[in-house]
Amino acid sequence: MDTRDVSGFPLTLEGDPTPMVSFRKVTKSYGSLVVLDSLDLDVAEGEMVTVIGPSGSGKTTVLRMLMTLETINGGVIYVDGEPLTHMPEGGRLVRANNRHMRQMRSKIGMCFQHFNLFPHMTALENCMEGPVHVLGLSKQDARERAEELLAMVGMAEKRDQHPSRLSGGQQQRVAIARALAMRPKVMLFDEVTSALDPEVIGEVTTVIRKLVSEHNLTMLMVTHQMGFAKDISDRVCFFYGGRIEEQGTPDELFGNPQKERTQQFLSAVKEAG
Amino acid sequence: MFDWRWDFTFEILPRLIVATGNTLLAAGLGYAIAVVLGLVLALAQRTPFRPLTMAVREAVEFVRSTPLVLQIFFVFYVGPQFGIRLSPWTAGMIAIGLHYAAYLSEVYRGGLECVPKGQWEAAKSLNLSMPRTYFRVILPQALPPSLAGMGNYLVGIFKDTPMLSVIGVAELMHTANAIGSETYRFLEPFTLVGIIFLCISLPTAAAVRFFEAWVRRKLGLS
Amino acid sequence: MSYFEFLSQYSDRIVSGTFITMALTVLAALLAVAIAVAAGLIRMAPNFAVRGVAMVYIEIFRGTSLLVQLYWIFFVLPLFGITLEKFTAGFVAVGMNLGAYGAELVRGAILSVPKGQWEAALALNMSPAKRMRRVILPQAVLIMLPSWGNLLIELLKGTALVALISVADLMFQVKQINGTTFMSAEAFGTALIIYYVLARFMITPFMRWLERFMMRKMGRA
Repeated sequence: MDTRDVSGFPLTLEGDPTPMVSFRKVTKSYGSLVVLDSLDLDVAEGEMVTVIGPSGSGKTTVLRMLMTLETINGGVIYVDGEPLTHMPEGGRLVRANNRHMRQMRSKIGMCFQHFNLFPHMTALENCMEGPVHVLGLSKQDARERAEELLAMVGMAEKRDQHPSRLSGGQQQRVAIARALAMRPKVMLFDEVTSALDPEVIGEVTTVIRKLVSEHNLTMLMVTHQMGFAKDISDRVCFFYGGRIEEQGTPDELFGNPQKERTQQFLSAVKEAG
Repeated sequence: MFDWRWDFTFEILPRLIVATGNTLLAAGLGYAIAVVLGLVLALAQRTPFRPLTMAVREAVEFVRSTPLVLQIFFVFYVGPQFGIRLSPWTAGMIAIGLHYAAYLSEVYRGGLECVPKGQWEAAKSLNLSMPRTYFRVILPQALPPSLAGMGNYLVGIFKDTPMLSVIGVAELMHTANAIGSETYRFLEPFTLVGIIFLCISLPTAAAVRFFEAWVRRKLGLS
Repeated sequence: MSYFEFLSQYSDRIVSGTFITMALTVLAALLAVAIAVAAGLIRMAPNFAVRGVAMVYIEIFRGTSLLVQLYWIFFVLPLFGITLEKFTAGFVAVGMNLGAYGAELVRGAILSVPKGQWEAALALNMSPAKRMRRVILPQAVLIMLPSWGNLLIELLKGTALVALISVADLMFQVKQINGTTFMSAEAFGTALIIYYVLARFMITPFMRWLERFMMRKMGRA
C-alpha cells in the first residue's frame, strides 16, 4: 500500500515539452530492503534512455514499475502527463484503480529478458492476440498489422511457427513485434539480449537500432551490452544502490565518468568482456 | 424439513465413538501391512530377475486400477469357495493392505529413484554387502522423498475403511448404517460420520505435512 | 458349471453392468472436470470469503470418504427436499468427490505456469479474465493432463461404490450373480478384469491420445 502522502504532487503534468515519462520521488522497497530510493527521472518524448548498473541496483525495477508489474511505496509516476500509479479524484491524487491502470497501460509496451511468448500460439497469433482481444481490432486488420511488424523484424517467413520452434533471437524479435502491435508510446526493453547466445544478439540489436532510427518512440532499456548502449542511447543512467549515481550522454558517461563508482563499474565491465 | 435431534445425537454418539476406534484400528493395521508389503513389492521390482520384476509390475498395475470394494468382496468370498474361511476382519485387512501396498510400492519406487547413482557406487567401493547397502545407505535416503506420498496414503487408507462395512466389519459406516436401519433416522448418523472423518483426516493431513517439513529440516534438506 | 458356461449364462448382465459403469464414468468425469475448473479458479479468488467457499468445499470432499458422501447424498439429502434418483445420486457423488481432487490439480497447474506468462499478458494490457482464459488456462491444461489420467482411473474405481445404493452397474451385477451362484472367483474375477481393461486399455490410451492431441494443437509436438 501507498502509505506516503502524495498531496504535494501535481494532478497532471503541464508545460512544454511535457516529459513522456516522469518518476517523482519514487520509492520501492521489499520489507526493509530499499530497492529504489526517492527516484527522480524524466524521459522526453522520442528519447532513448539506457539504464546500466550492477545487479541489485534496482534498474530492472524501474521498468517493471512503469509496466505496473510492481507497485510502488512512495512518490508518483507520470506517463504522457498523466499519473500512472495514481488518479485525480475530487481535486487530489488517489491510488489508481484497475480501470485507470488499464487505460494508462495501453501507452506502454514491454519486452522481457526471457521473451515470454505464449507457447500455445504461433508467432502471428502472438502478435494478433493483443490487437484483437484488447484493442478490439478486426482479425483482418490485426493480421495485416502483425504481418507488417513481423516483416519489419525479419520474421515474416516464420509467422506460423510456435515459439518452441524458434531460436532465442527469433523469439525475441517476435516479442518486439508483439509489443509494437499494441502501438505503445513508450517501449521498455528489459535485458532483452541477456538470455541470448552471443551469435544471435546482433539480430535483436539490429531491430532495436532500426526502431530508434525510423520511429519516434520513447524507449527505456536495461542492458549489459555497453557498446550497444553507447551507440544508440540519447542518455545513459548509471544506477547504484537504488539511485541514479550518474547520468549523461553516452560520450560523457562512457568517455569521461565523473564518479568513482561509475569508473569502477565501467572498468570492471571492460575487463570482463 | 430440517429436524436435527440432539437427544438422538447424544444417544448414538457413544456407539459411533466405539466404532471410530475400530475404524482407526482397521486403518492402522491395514497401513502397517501396506508399509511392509509395499517395500517388498518395490524391492522385488529392482531384482535382476526379469520375469519377477515384470510380474510384480503388472500385479501392482492391476491392483491399482481396480476398485478396492471389489477386491474386498473378492478376498472375502473367494476363500470359502476353496475351503478357506476368512473372518471379515482378516479378509478386509488383506484386501486393503494389498491395495495400499500397491500404491506405496510406487511411492517407494519414486523415492529409490531419487537416490543418486553415486551413492550406489560409493557403497560398492566400500565393499558393503547388498543388505547393508540398502539398509544403511539407500533406504535412509529414499525415505524423505517418500514421506509426502506415504502420509497422503495414510489419510487415504483411513478414508477408504468405510468400504470394509460391505463385508460386515463393524467400523463407523457399518455402525451408522445399522443405526439408520434400526431407527429410520439417517440425518444424524451419516452427518456425524462425515464430521468424525473430517475431525480426524484434516488434522492428520496437517500433521503429515508438518512431520514431513520437520524431517526435511532435521536432515538438512531445506 | 464351467467358466465358459458361467460366461454364456451371465454375459448379458455383465455387459449391461459394464455399460452402466461406463455411462457413470463419463457423466461423473464431465461433472468432475466442470467442478474442478470452477472450484480451482474460485479457490484462487482475491476475495477471502469467495475463496473460502471453494476451500470449504474442497476440504469437506477430500476430508471424508466417497462412500460417506454417497450415502449422505442418497439418504440424507432427501430430508432437505432434494431427492436424486439413485443413478443420478451415484454419478453426482463420484463427480463431486473427484472434482474436489481435480480442483487442486487445476490450482497447482495454474500456479506452475511461468510467472513471465502472467507478466507478458499484463504488458499486453489484457483483462484478468482474458489473461486467464487466453493465456494461462491453455498452458495449465497441458501441465495437468497427465495427472488427470490417474484421477480418471480413481474415478472409474469410485463408480463401483454406487452398487451399494443399488445402481445396476458392473459391481452390482457381479454381486447379484455371486449371491445366486456362489461362483465368487468367476463373478468377481471377471469384474476385476473388466475394470482393469477399462482403466488400462480405454482410459489410459484415451488420455495419452488427448495429451498428444493437445501438444500438437499447441505446437509442442
